[in-house]
Formats: sequence, structure tokens, C-alpha cells
Amino acid sequence: MDADNKVRRKEVLSSMCDERARMLQDQFSVSVNHVHALAILISTFHYYKNPSAIDQETFAEYTARTAFERPLLSGVAYAERVVHSEREEFERQHGWTIKTMQREPSPVRDEYAPVILSQETVSYIESLDMMSGEEDRENILRARATGKAVLTNPFRLLGSHHLGVVLTFPVYKSKLPTRPTVEERIEATAGYLGGAFDVESLVENLLGQLAGNQAILVHVYDITNSSDHLIMYGHQDEDGDLALLYESKLDFGDPFRKHTMICRYHQKAPTSWTALTTAFLFFVICLLVGYILYGAAIHIVKVEDDFHEMQELKVRAEAADVAKSQFLATVSHEIRTPMNGILGMLALLLDTDLSSTQRDYAQTAQVCGKALITLINEVLDRAKIEAGKLEMETVPFDLRSILDDVLSLFSEKSRNKGVELAVFVSDKVPEMVMGDPGRFRQIITNLVGNSVKFTERGHIFVKVHLAENTKPVADTKAENCLNGGSDDSVLLSGAHQFKTLSGYEAADERNSWDSFKNLVSYEESRYDASINMTVAGETSQSVSLMVSVEDTGIGIPLIAQDRVFMPFMQADSSTSRNYGGTGIGLSITKCLVELMGGHISFVSRPQVGSTFSFTADFGRCKKASFNETKKPNTEDLPSSFRGLKAMVVDGKPVRASVTRYHLKRLGMLAEVASSVKRAVSACGINGSSCGSKIQPDIILVEKDSWLSGEDGDLSLLMLDRKQNGHMFKLPKMILLATNITNAELEKAKAAGFADTTIMKPMRASMVAACLQQVLGIWKKRQAGKDTQNGSLRSLLCGKKILVVDDNMVNRRVAAGALKKFGAAVECAESGKAALKLLQIPHSFDACFMDIQMPEMDGFEATRRLRMMESQANEQMNGGDTDEGLAQKSEWHVPILAMTADVIHATYDKCLKCGMDGYVSKPFEEENLYQAVAKFFKVKPISDS
Amino acid sequence: MLGLAADRLRADTNRLLAFLFHQGILDEQFLQLQQLEDETSPNFVSEVVNIYFHESEKLLRNLRSLLMDKEFSDYNKMGIHLNQFMGSSSSIGAKRIRNVCVAFRAASEQNNRAGCLRALELLEHEYCFLKNKLHELFQIQQQRALAAAVRYPMQN
Repeated sequence: MDADNKVRRKEVLSSMCDERARMLQDQFSVSVNHVHALAILISTFHYYKNPSAIDQETFAEYTARTAFERPLLSGVAYAERVVHSEREEFERQHGWTIKTMQREPSPVRDEYAPVILSQETVSYIESLDMMSGEEDRENILRARATGKAVLTNPFRLLGSHHLGVVLTFPVYKSKLPTRPTVEERIEATAGYLGGAFDVESLVENLLGQLAGNQAILVHVYDITNSSDHLIMYGHQDEDGDLALLYESKLDFGDPFRKHTMICRYHQKAPTSWTALTTAFLFFVICLLVGYILYGAAIHIVKVEDDFHEMQELKVRAEAADVAKSQFLATVSHEIRTPMNGILGMLALLLDTDLSSTQRDYAQTAQVCGKALITLINEVLDRAKIEAGKLEMETVPFDLRSILDDVLSLFSEKSRNKGVELAVFVSDKVPEMVMGDPGRFRQIITNLVGNSVKFTERGHIFVKVHLAENTKPVADTKAENCLNGGSDDSVLLSGAHQFKTLSGYEAADERNSWDSFKNLVSYEESRYDASINMTVAGETSQSVSLMVSVEDTGIGIPLIAQDRVFMPFMQADSSTSRNYGGTGIGLSITKCLVELMGGHISFVSRPQVGSTFSFTADFGRCKKASFNETKKPNTEDLPSSFRGLKAMVVDGKPVRASVTRYHLKRLGMLAEVASSVKRAVSACGINGSSCGSKIQPDIILVEKDSWLSGEDGDLSLLMLDRKQNGHMFKLPKMILLATNITNAELEKAKAAGFADTTIMKPMRASMVAACLQQVLGIWKKRQAGKDTQNGSLRSLLCGKKILVVDDNMVNRRVAAGALKKFGAAVECAESGKAALKLLQIPHSFDACFMDIQMPEMDGFEATRRLRMMESQANEQMNGGDTDEGLAQKSEWHVPILAMTADVIHATYDKCLKCGMDGYVSKPFEEENLYQAVAKFFKVKPISDS
Repeated sequence: MLGLAADRLRADTNRLLAFLFHQGILDEQFLQLQQLEDETSPNFVSEVVNIYFHESEKLLRNLRSLLMDKEFSDYNKMGIHLNQFMGSSSSIGAKRIRNVCVAFRAASEQNNRAGCLRALELLEHEYCFLKNKLHELFQIQQQRALAAAVRYPMQN
């Protein structure tokens, strides 16, 4: 920008300078021309006219009147060429003597140039010899040689003392040839016309007429002598802007002399505004940027400080959290320990003889204590979950038995309320899954507990499926399950029977028969398809289960539905008053479900019921670990019912499926008949004619169906049985009921039902126990059982058996069991005692040895015993070879390990120690028979 | 009058047993135990159960004292006790106690003191409950026996 400015400045200067130079030159040349004209005038009228037409007066007049034409010339004068020879003549003619410049009479010279004609302004030079002045003489000589206007060096003019130059023109007497030589010119010269240019005032005037006069400083130099510039105009001391100058050539028409004009700016270039503003802006910007940086730095420091502060606070908060959790854990533990004492003492107190009031008080205290323990446990759980300290176990467990357990917990309550409680687990759910049984149980307990709490009629139904299984069904039904969508239909529900478990309407229609049967039939087909299918299904590592708990309780009010899972929030503050509880349960449940990799949701309609469903991921159980772990965790369902056929008579298909599910778990084949009539027809026909139809061993009749069915049907059934006459083949009839009055029981007995009714909720082991009770007598008649029992008796009868167990109870039970089969039993309470009794000459036929005993365990005892035996055998062999051969195997008492947990590894170890087999504790006939038969089978033969 | 009482007692026995089975407190092992009872050993069940009570109380006491020892809990010893407890419980068919024992043992194997304490509490509770119920049962059976004894002369 500055450079731009400079360039422009330079351009302006040059143009101004050029303009001035041109004008000066023009004006100069105009004057010169006019002087030229004067010269011609003089030659014309002074020399060519004879007598001369011009005299001093005319010349003065004329020049005065034409002075406007020559503004630059202070005056013009004409000097005649006078050679010395003509001087006297001339002086006489004019009447004055030629004088020098110093106004003295001229000394003698070759020639003279006295002024004869002059303008009035310069009349003082008349009669002065121009050739006497150094400058003028030179001028004159040059002028007449060249025939052109010539200029002198600048010098101080006589009159004004201004710097000026003198212009001289030669005037020729005669016309010159076209190409005259210098001599010819000199010869022809008649005189000289001269004028003084007052350059100083001239330029002053000229510049005054031009704009921008003040801005620039003009100097005019005569640079004829290139080493010594003579100043023509301008003050030497004025310097102006030395940095920038411009030179213009001036041509005043005299080729000998060179002139130049130098222009400068008066003032130095003003520092440009743009530069200033730029600088200022730059400064401002710098300032702003600086300020911004400063602000940022301050901010960063502040944020850092805040961050440190926050970090510290966080640490403190975490410490506080840990402290809280520790406090909770400690306190709850500290509370629980004495609470346990209180509860235990209360339990003991309740055992003693108490008056009814005292008992009431004690029971109340116990209930309160239990509630408190529950609350503390829940709070502890919640705290643990919050602290992230709750870790999920992954151990194999049997889902079904856990569900059975949970249901049995609530059976008493539900039965008192008349609420039906049922569980259904899909066949596709693996028998054993890997997960946290405790937490799973907690979730189920929580949900079922809630349901039981809020349900006064109808049913509570727990259903477990594979998650992917329920999806298609859920989709089809989704549109119907709007929460609280149709309250109107609720009013009608009294008359209408819903196809749910109990016939009451449920919030989520997914569990009604319509969709449920799809699921069941789907599973049936899968199940029937083959076992291969399940094998294929087991390739995936985890299994996602969908559990739903449906009840027909009071439901959750619409406004409260979105805060159900928030801790300490109950649907309504009146809820805790009516139903108790803290409202922490569901939030814990939610946390647990999420920890299990699932999510929980619910569908609820006020006054209709709620259905909570959650998914959870479990690992599949490896087959190898399956067998080992099965024993300790699961209840063993007796296998004696395997293959039995049962008929379930129930009008409600969902309930019938549940019953069938339990029977199936016992290995029984179950058929469903919707009414007694149908059951009768199914059995009746088969009883008389074709055997292809089912021939049930047991008929399970739901109480409702029985009561609603006509007695005639039942009696028909009875009659049928009588007619058939196969009394031993007759099916047993068992009543299924949620609750039953004594009167009904009597009636049932009269109708031909067995003594035992199966009370709901059903659980496989309970059903098994009941069936055992019912079939107890009948069972003995069965041939297989009888022979086995008999053979066991025959195997053991008369044998002398040693039972070694440190546990007195076990000892007593084992002894009792063995005695029952006719064995003579002796007991020993430790390995050492056993060894003492088994000193070599002894009469025991077998030894049952507990493995886990203090001091000397079963393995050690066996090892020592075997050592003793081998020593004895060797001695005998060494002593008496003949008999030794025959009795080689004499001293080998069969030792059977008794153990509560039969793991395969233990079995191997048993064999390694020299034991002959093992029986599980407590004794099971079948197991015992198998174990004993191994080595007693040979003996009776060899004995007999 | 007495005959009716006998019937009622029998019903009571059944109901109580049904309840115990239903709740999963007892399992079929108890039935087997009952089956072992015959003319040669008429009080077999109560005899065994009394031994069981005696032993169990001792075990529970030991377990509690082991666990109450704040400084150091001998989990090994606890395991031995628990095995005994488990063995005797499964012998008489006290299923729930046995299950609690399993949990207890699992906790003790993990040296989980809190779990052990919880399990012990549960165990004590279950034990008290079982003891009450079985006492009740034996009382009824005694009454039954008495009633039967009274009835016999009448019939004879």
C-alpha cells in the first residue's frame, strides 16, 4: 500500500514537473519567437530601408506596445555591430561615445556592439558596448556564428539583481545564402538583438498561475557545464523532500545550453492514513487477541481448579458411598445377629406352653421380626447393587425345582385366600441352566410375593419359556394388550369366563388359552419331532428365558405405572397401609434382572390384574458337569412313576396343561379330558373293547370339574369299573384342589376318590409323594418291584454287616434299613473302631463304610483293612499252600462306600482304595440292590 | 368317641405330613424311614429322629461357636460339621435343612462369612421349625397309639 502510494506520489510529481517545464518552455519559446520577429523587424526596417524606418523613438514605442507579447523579457535592446574602423564615424553619427558596461568610454577593440535601440525599461544600457561584458560578448559571438537565439549563463541582472539570462539574436544585413558558413554569417552580421529574461520572476509568475504551487519546490538549473550546475531559479537553502525528486529537461531553443528543472515536494510525504489505520487496527487486533488468550488462560486455570475440586469431591463422595455401604452392611449385619437371637428365642418361646394371649403376642413379635429381617436384607441388597458389589454366581441349577420351592413358600397364603397358584415351564427350557439360583429365586419370590399380596381371587400363574419362543405369539397379541385399555369389559367379566388359568380375566392376554395353546402345541411338535432337535438347540452357549408372572389382583393404577420400579415408591401411599411392604422389592428385582442381562416389563389393568414378565440370560449346562452337579442341587424325583398313564380331567385347558407338565416331569404320560363325561367315554370304551386307546393308571380330577360334573357321570365311571371286574387294573382317582372343606372331602371319598387329595399349588415332588401314598399298596402288587424287594431280602438275609459311620443318625438309619432286609447289623462309629472289629478272624459278610469321618476317613480305613487282609492271606498262603489255593479269596470283605454326594471322582477314588462299590446315602432300595447284587450274587451260589 | 378321636388323629397325621411334604420340608426318605418301622422296632422313627435332634443341636452349637469366633473361622471344621449335618438330614429326609446345608457349605467353601451367618440363621430357623413339626407329629402319633391301646381292650 505504501509502495502504491509512493508510486502515485512519484507520478503526481513527475506530471506536475513536466507540466511546469512544458509551460515554462512554451512561454520561453513564445518570447524567443517574438524576439526573433523583432530581429527580423529590425533587419527589415532598419537595414533594408534606406533611410532607416526605425529610430530610437519608434523602437521604444513599438517595443513598449508589444511588451505584452514578451512578458518574460524585462526589456529588449538592439546593439549594432561596429568594427573599430567605423567607430569614429559611428560615434560622430550618433553623437555619443561607446561605453563599456562600467559606463566608461570603451577602450579600443576590434569591434564593438553598442546599443542603439532600446526599450524604455532598459534605456540605461543605451550606448553601452555589449561586447565589453564577458557574458554578452560570448553570447554575441555564438549568436552570430550560429544565427540562432543563444542564452547566457544565468547571472544577476543589472537592474533588478534577479537571476536572469540574456537572449541574443543576430541581425543580418543581407539575406544569407541557404547554407551559410560561419564566416559568411559573421560577415553578414549587422547587429544583435538582446533581451534579458528575468527567469526568477518569470518562473515565479508561471508557478503562481498553476495549482498545487505550494506543494512542490521547483529549481531550474543550467547544466551546460555538467560538473558545475548553475542555478537559475530557486533557493539553495530550501531542501524540501530530499527523498523524491524529478528532473525535467528544458529546451529553451539554444542547443548549446542545457537546462533542467528539478521538482521536489515541499513537504515530506505525509505518512499515509491507511498505514496508520492498519497499524492501529493491527494493534487493536493484537490487543483483542491478547485479551482473548488471557481470558482463555484464566478460564483454563479456573476449569482446572474446578476439575481438581470436583475430583476431590468425587473422591470424598465415593468414600462417603463406600462408608455408607459399609455402614449399611455392618449395621444390617449387627442388627441381624441379635434379631436372629430374638427370632430364635421367639420360636423357642412359641414351642413352650403359652396362653393364647401370650402366644398371640409372641407370634406378632415373630412376624414383625421377620419383616424387619426382610427389610434389612432388601436394603442391604439394594446397597450392594448400588455399590456394584453384587456379583452373579454361575452355578448350574434346576429352574423347575426353584420355581416349585418358591411356589410352596406361598402355597399356604394363597390357599388361605383361595387363590390358585401354578407354574408352567416349557419343555424346551433346559433341565439345568447356569446362573445364580439365589438371585433367580429372589426375583421370582419378589414377583410372586407381590402378586400374592395384591390378589384376592383368581390365580397367580408363573410361566417360563424360551424368550424367542414367545415372540411370535406376543406379536399377534400385542395390539390387544394396551394397559388399562378396556375398562368397560371389566364390568362384564363377571358373567364372562375368560380362558385363563382360573377363568378370571388377566391383564395380559398372552397367557390365555388362545395363545397358550399355540405355544404348547408348538412345543409338542418340537418335543415329538425328536430329541435331535434339542441337541441341535443346545449348540448355543446361552439360553434366554422369558418368565412371566400373571395375577388377577387389584392391578396398578395408571398414574403409578411409570414409577413402579423406583425404589421406595408404592403405587399409592395407602398401599403400604393396606398391604404393607416398603416398595423396594421391585426396584431390586429390576436391578437383578438387568444384572442377569434381561429386562423387566409389565402389563397391568386396574381391577383386572398385572402381568410382570422379564427375560434373563442363562448359560447352558455342559453335559459333563450336568451329571455331577445334579445330585446336590436338585431334588431327586422318584423314577418309579415312569411310564404310568394318567388322565387329567379339567375344564380349563391352561390349568390342565400345568397339571400335565407336572406329571410329565415325573415321567408320566398324561392325557387331558375337558370333562368327566369325556373321561368316562374315553376310559369306558377302552375298558370293554379296544386296547389301543389309553388305559389310564390314574385319573386326576380337578375339583371344579368334579363339582360341576353330574354325579351320574362319576357313578357311571364307577359302574364301569365294577362291570369290568379287573379290580387290580382299575385307575386310581385323585382329586386336585386348591382348598377343600371336610365335607367336600367326605363327599369325594364317597364318590370313590382316594384319601389323599393333591393340594395346589402342585409341585413335582409333592405330587410324587401323594401318588406314592395313593399307589403305595398298589405298588407292592407290581411284579417288578416285588421281585426286587424280595431279591434284596434274599440277598441280605442272614448276612452279618458292619456299618461304619460317625454320624449316629446315619448309623441308626442304615442299620434300620439293613435290618429290615434281614441282615444282622453291627455298628462302629469310627474307622479305628471298624478296624478293631475287622481284625482278621471275623464273621462279617460286608462292610458299609462312610467316607467322611473325623480322624480316619473311609479311604484310609479301607486301605489299612486291605493291608491287613493281604498280610493275612500271605501268611495263610505261606503256611498252608493246599488250602491256600482254595481259600485264596477268603479274606476280602466287600466294602461299600456310603456317601451323600456321589460324584464320579469319588467313585473312582473308592475303587482305587480297594472298595467294592458305593451306595448313596440315604439308602434307596434300587441303588442298594444294584450295589449289593454285584458281590452277593456270586456268594449265594457258591454257598449253596 | 374314642374311635372318632382315632380317625381325627389319623386325619391330623395325614394333613400334617401332607403339609410337610408340600412345603418341601420332608421328602420321601422320611416315608422310607417310616416304612422301616415294624413290630421289631416300633419306635424306630422317633428314636432316629431324637438322635438326629440330639446330634443336630450339638452340631448347630458347634457351628455357631465357630462362626461367632470373630478372629478366625475354621471353615474346614465347619465343612466337616456340615457334612455330618447334611448326611443325617438326608437320612431322615429333612430336605429343606439339607438344602440349606448345601448352601451353607458352599458359603463356607468360599470363606464367605456373611453368607455363612445367613445360612446358619436359616438353618437354625429351619431346624426349629422341623423340630416343632416333628414333635407335633410324634405327639399325634403317641395319642394315636394311646387311642389304639385304649381301643384294643374294647374290641377284644
